[in-house]
Amino acid sequence: MSLRRTPLYDTHREAGARLVEFAGWEMPVQYDGIIAEHTMVRERAGLFDVSHMGQVEVRGTGAMERLQWMTANDVSAISDGHAQYNLLLRTDGGIVDDVIVYRHAQDRFLVCVNASNRETDVAHMQEHAGGAEVIDRSDELALLALQGPLATELLAQVAGRDLAAIPSFGFVESELAGRECLLARTGYTGEDGWEVYCPADSGPEIWALLLGRGEAHGVGPAGLGARDTLRLEAALPLYGHELDLDTSPYEARLGWVVHLDKGDFIAAEALARHEREGPRRRLVGIEVPKGGVPRQGYTVRSDGKDVGALTSGTKSPTLGKGIALGYVEPQVARVGTEVAIAIRSREVSARIVRLPFYRRSA
Amino acid sequence: MEFPDDLKYSREHEWVLVEGDIATIGISAHAEKELGDVVFVELPAVGDTVSKDEAMGVVESVKAVSDIYSPISGTVTEINDDLPDNTELVNDDPYGDGWMVKIEMSDATDLDDLMDSEEYQQFIAEAE
Repeated sequence: MSLRRTPLYDTHREAGARLVEFAGWEMPVQYDGIIAEHTMVRERAGLFDVSHMGQVEVRGTGAMERLQWMTANDVSAISDGHAQYNLLLRTDGGIVDDVIVYRHAQDRFLVCVNASNRETDVAHMQEHAGGAEVIDRSDELALLALQGPLATELLAQVAGRDLAAIPSFGFVESELAGRECLLARTGYTGEDGWEVYCPADSGPEIWALLLGRGEAHGVGPAGLGARDTLRLEAALPLYGHELDLDTSPYEARLGWVVHLDKGDFIAAEALARHEREGPRRRLVGIEVPKGGVPRQGYTVRSDGKDVGALTSGTKSPTLGKGIALGYVEPQVARVGTEVAIAIRSREVSARIVRLPFYRRSA
Repeated sequence: MEFPDDLKYSREHEWVLVEGDIATIGISAHAEKELGDVVFVELPAVGDTVSKDEAMGVVESVKAVSDIYSPISGTVTEINDDLPDNTELVNDDPYGDGWMVKIEMSDATDLDDLMDSEEYQQFIAEAE
């Protein structure tokens, strides 16, 4: 099967990006280098093409109620112009996807989904849509993420309007390059930043506008490589790594997303049981000061026994040491617990640490 | 990308500088570019014996783990002590400060299997 390409594909080629396969898409993993791009986002800002992500509109009669039914969070708590982190669930409490739900109006929502789950999500949402309409808008939209401390000011200049008053997880509709876009103060890097949903064919022009404005401030393009190290430092889960159909939100540190008090929903019974029984394993942060880079699949050990496995790992560009997320047995999940990671043929010292690994200063 | 003429190159993308019976070894600019930012380097110890085409160390980038293969057999006489704490040297100066180990060769005919700069560049071009 040939790989899918975003509307920015030619732009990335011309910029000399290294392109790799990701979730069936041919995506830029880096331009200048992952660490340089990572640091750029933390210190200034970086622009990501994340048009591979899917957008599903849910609208019409009962749109709010149907979303409330298929997800964990309380969709009725979202007001117009605001967004919410949420989980699409199966009846048994397994996580179909983690998503952002944007509310335009009580009968019109946009759900941003992971590229790898797009088709599954659309089918799942259609199955549970009742009388509401579920429309896959992914091919009509490009998604650009401008992330970092300079992002708000730069986007405001390009949009020609003040954006400082928009709160985190708020959004506005605004024209960029004469085209109607959705500007959302959301992201996946642990920095302040924005995600710009724009008509697919306007993607390259808006990309160029944002970079043109940012260039003098040391702002440039950033690839999926930096996106991964940034989200991992911020301890944001990645579907397929920390989350999947066999994972309960309570194991994944996402109990805060689950609103058992919101009335009946698809996984209410299963999740009430999960909460009562407590998790069989817990997602934790693990620090590996030296001895190799912790990576997905490596075993976590304690007193010579296997007690878990890593789901993501890297050498943190910000902290300069190995960091990882992984599932461990509850008895070793406490912050401060010394464990070991099996790296190649050795056991390397590691420690359970508080999450996130990195938090931006206010 | 540069591939100095005074070096020999292996199919595993190491370079070798021969001075008498001592071979200095690192990874090529091609290997360093393919890996991306190097963040961890594990080298053999001085005195270790290494065998041609066997793994003698590890280099890790943000995205990948790769073995360092010894292009020749012999005994490690020196390692680049600066490297483990300054892994960016592998990217910044692969043929200079990013060198990895010096090995006293036990069999000079091992060098016969290595490529010169021109052959190596052709080898890379064909692999792509």
